[in-house]
Amino acid sequence: MFVLVEMVDTVRIPPWQFERKLNDSIAEELNKKLANKVVYNVGLCICLFDITKLEDAYVFPGDGASHTKVHFRYVVFHPFLDEILIGKIKGCSPEGVHVSLGFFDDILIPPESLQQPAKFDEAEQVWVWEYETEEGAHDLYMDTGEEIRFRVVDESFVDTSPTGPSSAEATSSSEELPKKEAPYTLVGSISEPGLGLLSWWTS
Amino acid sequence: MEVKDANSALLSNYEVFQLLTDLKEQRKESGKNKHSSGQQNLNTITYETLKYISKTPCRHQSPEIVREFLTAMKSHKLTKAEKLQLLNHRPMTAVEIQLMVEESEERLTEEQIEALLHTVTSILPAGPEAEPKRNPDAATGDDEDAA
Repeated sequence: MFVLVEMVDTVRIPPWQFERKLNDSIAEELNKKLANKVVYNVGLCICLFDITKLEDAYVFPGDGASHTKVHFRYVVFHPFLDEILIGKIKGCSPEGVHVSLGFFDDILIPPESLQQPAKFDEAEQVWVWEYETEEGAHDLYMDTGEEIRFRVVDESFVDTSPTGPSSAEATSSSEELPKKEAPYTLVGSISEPGLGLLSWWTS
Repeated sequence: MEVKDANSALLSNYEVFQLLTDLKEQRKESGKNKHSSGQQNLNTITYETLKYISKTPCRHQSPEIVREFLTAMKSHKLTKAEKLQLLNHRPMTAVEIQLMVEESEERLTEEQIEALLHTVTSILPAGPEAEPKRNPDAATGDDEDAA
């Protein structure tokens, strides 16, 4: 689920923090910059693991702050393909089942990847697995708040950096603010035996 | 900012749990930093991630248990990713093993799957919630946990 990512960055320490130990200031700045943020094509950054190398700190003319090039490792949430994860159902919609891990919310299980046959109950807005046994069909509801085991089948990164002013003018000015897109989404599947609500598989 | 290696190492849930708990202790001791607006993101993500991991079996693991588990796993010839999933999830049924180990029908016979389940449930401590005792080995695991 979690990986270690090696990164390099230049950290700016303002003069009023010079009394603190350099390592602590740098750790704080790095966490301020990266914690709980998605880095494009890398994953959701959690926290600093360690600082591997500190290069010389420079003070540039005109700016009283020191700039230090830091080599460090960061803990990042980035599940590998086909990994099994356990999450909670956040809700259901016609697009599929939305699952959340608490710290990461953008997981979708599309209707084709549900245990088949499945149907969407419009009245209760919930997906249902119509499980066939000799006695007849059991309707297994996928209710909000239930724990669900799923396999990660796809991930997508969207670059949400702000676009420049020229392209913003090209799109008509009467348009609403562009829809917010999640920078990192996972697509899951529960179409195998053992996957789905935990309560379906405990004997 | 430059990413030198996006996949330098895989971390088990236990390692992340340990790191975040130590970080929380450190920040509690230093006192005033927590409430500055810049630290809000770190607070949120550490709280949520700790909450998630605390509900998994990783909570009761220790470096010795992990080492013991990995030595015991050597004989089963599993890939790193498969061993990591077994360590993080502590499967108790053959169905779960089939999900985590690729092509388990071809690579492992039924006795090997049973042996694998036995190793997993006997070395790794049980999760924080009470689990239904289906297996006499799971019962020993729970006793160690209560002791």
